[in-house]
Amino acid sequence: MSKTKRHTEPLMHITKRPAIALWKNLGIRGIGLVLALIVCAIVIYAVTKLNPLEVYVAMFKGTFGSQTRVWYMLRDTAMLLCIAVGLAPAFKMRFWNIGAEGQVLMGAVAAAACMKYVAPNVPHGLSLVIMFAASAIAGGIWGFIPSVFKARWNTNETLFTLMMNYIAIQITSFCVSKWEDHYGSNTVGVINQQTHAGWFPPILGQQYLLNVLIVAVITVCMYLYLKESKHGFEIAVVGESTNTARYAAMNVRKIIIRTVIVSGAICGIAGFIAVAGAGHTISTSTAGGRGFTAIIVAWLSKFNTFIMTGVSALIVFLQKGAIQIASQFGLNDFVSEMITGIILFFILGSEFFINFKVRFRSSRKEIEK
Amino acid sequence: MISQIVSLIQAAVYFGTVILFGSVGEILAEKSGNLNLGVPGIMYMGGIAGLIAAFLYENNVPAADQMPAVALIISLGAAFVVSMIGGLIYSVLTITLRANQNVTGLTLTIFGSGFANFFGGSLNKMAGGAGQISVAMTSGAFRTKIPFLSDKTGIFGDIFFYYGFLAYVAIVIAFVVRWFLNKTSVGLNLRAVGENPATADAAGINVTKYKYLATCVGAGISGLGGLYYTMDYIKGTWATDGKIEQLGWLAVALVIFATWKPNRAIWGAYLFGMLSWMFYYLPGLTRSSQEIFKMLPYAVTLAVLIIVSLRRSKESQPPEALGLAYFREDR
Repeated sequence: MSKTKRHTEPLMHITKRPAIALWKNLGIRGIGLVLALIVCAIVIYAVTKLNPLEVYVAMFKGTFGSQTRVWYMLRDTAMLLCIAVGLAPAFKMRFWNIGAEGQVLMGAVAAAACMKYVAPNVPHGLSLVIMFAASAIAGGIWGFIPSVFKARWNTNETLFTLMMNYIAIQITSFCVSKWEDHYGSNTVGVINQQTHAGWFPPILGQQYLLNVLIVAVITVCMYLYLKESKHGFEIAVVGESTNTARYAAMNVRKIIIRTVIVSGAICGIAGFIAVAGAGHTISTSTAGGRGFTAIIVAWLSKFNTFIMTGVSALIVFLQKGAIQIASQFGLNDFVSEMITGIILFFILGSEFFINFKVRFRSSRKEIEK
Repeated sequence: MISQIVSLIQAAVYFGTVILFGSVGEILAEKSGNLNLGVPGIMYMGGIAGLIAAFLYENNVPAADQMPAVALIISLGAAFVVSMIGGLIYSVLTITLRANQNVTGLTLTIFGSGFANFFGGSLNKMAGGAGQISVAMTSGAFRTKIPFLSDKTGIFGDIFFYYGFLAYVAIVIAFVVRWFLNKTSVGLNLRAVGENPATADAAGINVTKYKYLATCVGAGISGLGGLYYTMDYIKGTWATDGKIEQLGWLAVALVIFATWKPNRAIWGAYLFGMLSWMFYYLPGLTRSSQEIFKMLPYAVTLAVLIIVSLRRSKESQPPEALGLAYFREDR
């Protein structure tokens, strides 16, 4: 009576890839990046009618054009990298710490408080150590709270840490209005402008060298921690399967709490670096959305801290470059967010071709013949 | 005293309507298993699209021929379509290409805020003069109140009929989504996809199609929140102050607060609005203690999140497969 529907083979057949050769992996990502740049070029041309190549050259000059600019680039890369490195252990454990923004801010608030009230009264070196410890503790606490609930009652950590960000932002604006430099300005201004107490000292004449050094040390330590230590192994097992971890007699709750405290503490240290090493002030934009960008960096790098260095540098380059073209060609700064977004879309999309193999219907028939 | 309370309620409804749109759309998406953290970005895209459409209409059509109804439909349509495009980007990446949902959502938020503020800033520049664009006519159309009920019924009218039509549309949409999810078989299928896509797939439900449609339509609804913000809340202007992003995250928070139930999102939205504006009406608060008060909606959401996880009651849990990509050959 009714015609039986002819079942054809689906157009595409998708299978998981077990592993992929490094050159192929890099090749796919490279293609993704090139496609992204082409799309951005089209967007730039559509909006501004400028020659996209000229725009890319301007981006490059804007980032690497002078020694100061290179140092700014290094400083911002270090900051972003620090947060991403902090997120790595939590993510590897499949604990979605979206709360880096809040953890950075809490670290920054702690550092600013110490800079304001402690640093003028103690020797310079000691004040830096105190600030370092205070911000690590503050960030650690901000990681500790959601992790306890996750470990004990399996509360959704993505949503929990997201909310903690906004509580941290309000605490920061509370402190800003407490500490404002003159009544009604609602900004703290540069702390210890005269004495430079609690500021990072210039090393070899370079203002930002200490930032880079601290982050480099943290990056290497984290790499070893995740790759070589017993803790790192435990994190990997819990990330794969909590049941396996329990079977292996690991204390899963303890591992979760410990790891997220470490994660929060490093993000807190990033806040310390932002206050003592870069801004010398505190505001709700001290973290500046980097807490969210770092999530993307950590994910794209598959938690390998050295790859993170490259990805952070790429993103900072894009942002700096876009700000440069914005000022050079009279656009507004937000073009950088737009371009970053487009490029990240493509990089995220290209991951599919790394994890999966796609086979088309026609090509398969040819093989069968 | 009475007038203070009335004005707090009005502020709460204005505020609540923005996040109600955002969170009802997000509930729809989350019910299909997609945790879309791109809501702030989508609201941005919806807001700016509606504004640009209205701006183009008001500047290209001679004043005599302009019709408020047309302007209204054009900007509503533009907001809905552009927000759906935002949802589509997210869907292609997470559903077809199985990218991580959290990361894709955050990227969409970055992109959406960049997109909106870039064009918003450029529009402000194009408008010249005071450096502030304004689409007074369209915004006026959005803010038209029901004639008799709003001004002749005293305090009753001030509380219930003081708002533009979108405020009521938001409530209607929330009820429609509730009805759709709980009373229709398509809604049941959708919930099955969000709870356990493999089972739904085995039952012959097209998981991919459901996820795509729920996420894109949800994004369209969320985007209307952005439109309400630009057209009604700030009266047809644009400000690059990041306020929409803040509201967007509150919308995500509201989904949790409402425990994924659209009808609960309605009063939740107004409660959030009230909590957010409370500081303004309490006497004797210093500027710094006001900042602590603004924390309330987030703190309340956290409390709900904790209580829900403590009680483990079945009907207030997140969808089981929330945040996970579905790949048929996985096991």
